Amino acid sequence: MSESKRPLPQPTPETKHFWEGTKAGEIRLQRCDDCANVYFPPRPFCPGCASRNVSVFAASGKARLFSYVIHHRPAPGFTPPYAIAVVELEEGPRLMTNIVGCPQTPEALPLDMALVPHFEKMNDDITLPLFQPAKG
Amino acid sequence: MLKKNEIAVVGAAETTRLGVIPDMSNIQLHADCALNAMADAGLKPSDIDGIACAGESPTNMAHYLGLTPKWVDGTAVGGCSFMIHVRHAAAAISAGLCTTVLITHGESGKSQIGLNRAPPSRQSLMGQFEMPYGVYGPPSMFTVPVLRMMKETGLTEEHLATVATIQREWSSQNPRAMMKDLCSVDDVLNSRMIAWPFRLFMCCLVTDGGGALILTSADRAKDMPQKPVYIMGTGESVETPMISQMADFTRSRAFRVAGPTAFAAAGIKHADVDHLMIYDAFAHLPIYGLEDLGFVGRGEAGPFIMERNTAPGGKLPMNTNGGGLSYTHTGMYGMFALQESVRQMRGTAPAQVKGAKISVCHGVGGMFAASGTIVFTNEA
Ligand SMILES: [Zn+2]
Repeated sequence: MSESKRPLPQPTPETKHFWEGTKAGEIRLQRCDDCANVYFPPRPFCPGCASRNVSVFAASGKARLFSYVIHHRPAPGFTPPYAIAVVELEEGPRLMTNIVGCPQTPEALPLDMALVPHFEKMNDDITLPLFQPAKG
Repeated sequence: MLKKNEIAVVGAAETTRLGVIPDMSNIQLHADCALNAMADAGLKPSDIDGIACAGESPTNMAHYLGLTPKWVDGTAVGGCSFMIHVRHAAAAISAGLCTTVLITHGESGKSQIGLNRAPPSRQSLMGQFEMPYGVYGPPSMFTVPVLRMMKETGLTEEHLATVATIQREWSSQNPRAMMKDLCSVDDVLNSRMIAWPFRLFMCCLVTDGGGALILTSADRAKDMPQKPVYIMGTGESVETPMISQMADFTRSRAFRVAGPTAFAAAGIKHADVDHLMIYDAFAHLPIYGLEDLGFVGRGEAGPFIMERNTAPGGKLPMNTNGGGLSYTHTGMYGMFALQESVRQMRGTAPAQVKGAKISVCHGVGGMFAASGTIVFTNEA
């Protein structure tokens, strides 16, 4: 894949901790200190109770394949067919990603398959949280 | 509070042509159908004192059409914006903010002339958390929840294909439909793979066109040329701009707010509905719509469609113009669903449902991001 042409994220003040985290090999989520809600995408308050008392923590990385499509049309930076997936983290939040380290076929991508992160460095600023099948 | 049947649609028209219109820009498509709707209603620009639109700003349209509005609404939440405009316009007329509202849609979706679309910023949440993963237009995003739906509810690829084949049965009766040839489940399943499990015929068309509505009070409607189509009930909601953050991949929260709100306002039960439009950008949307609006139970929409309940001759005729899959889909299709509901209530649809008195028109915006529902009736 010519990864260079993917449209890469541009972090904002509210999301900077997430993108610092992926560079450090962590998926950083936020938890509400008042109601214990764990949420994503990042923001400096709890969307469950509006509290500003929130903390950043590193997710375990354990995830399951929640849903996906296998895209058959070309997109910048991708060679079809490739899966556009949503994974559910052990802590609850879901995120969009790609699944690497396995064929991009329905047979190789059963729903609920256990996944672990694969941190893909794109450049000095951005490392994307991709996922791959968990071993064993 | 807005009362049932207090407001009526008195003008309704699409662009003179539909499909591929390389000789008109986006704003002219809005204007073309607006002029047709004013002619339909027997009104002049000076009679219009409210304007609502999406895809062009109300400022653009008021200036272009020569209007001096005292009420404007630029709600732009995707393809159901027009359902929401109908709701807002009805409330505004009821409240005395204006008397006669023009709602316009035009979109050069195919020819791409003069479009006002900007891609999401790479600093937006979507730009940061979805765009890097190879999403490329609605076929790669709107479809993402469906495998989960299939696993949890028993929805099958054959069910999805049947949505498309039955809508082709409807469009085959419609001279203005872009795709009129009947097709089989095998034809759909063998059409080009777009985003597995979605094939080409499970995805909407990409066309040029537009549509406009004119609303006024039921009292004024009595003296106007067209048979009034009354607004019986309305609903609206939004959920999330990111398909990955939809709370439940097997249900749309926005549908489940907008739909019941409209039904409650109209005071109707599902059995009262004679005609149904559910915005079908992709084949799974009528499935989610039928279940989330409560016409059938969870997991029942696929079999319900396969049993021909929504087909010509069925008990719940749905997407009778052929839908976004076969009639037309400019990008924000909701206006065309509204136009078909109005035609059915006027008794002028190409595939007319005989004796239909209540039509439900349900729209989606973005990728399950927004929703609007209108209940129409032709009985005051
Ligand atoms: Zn909280």
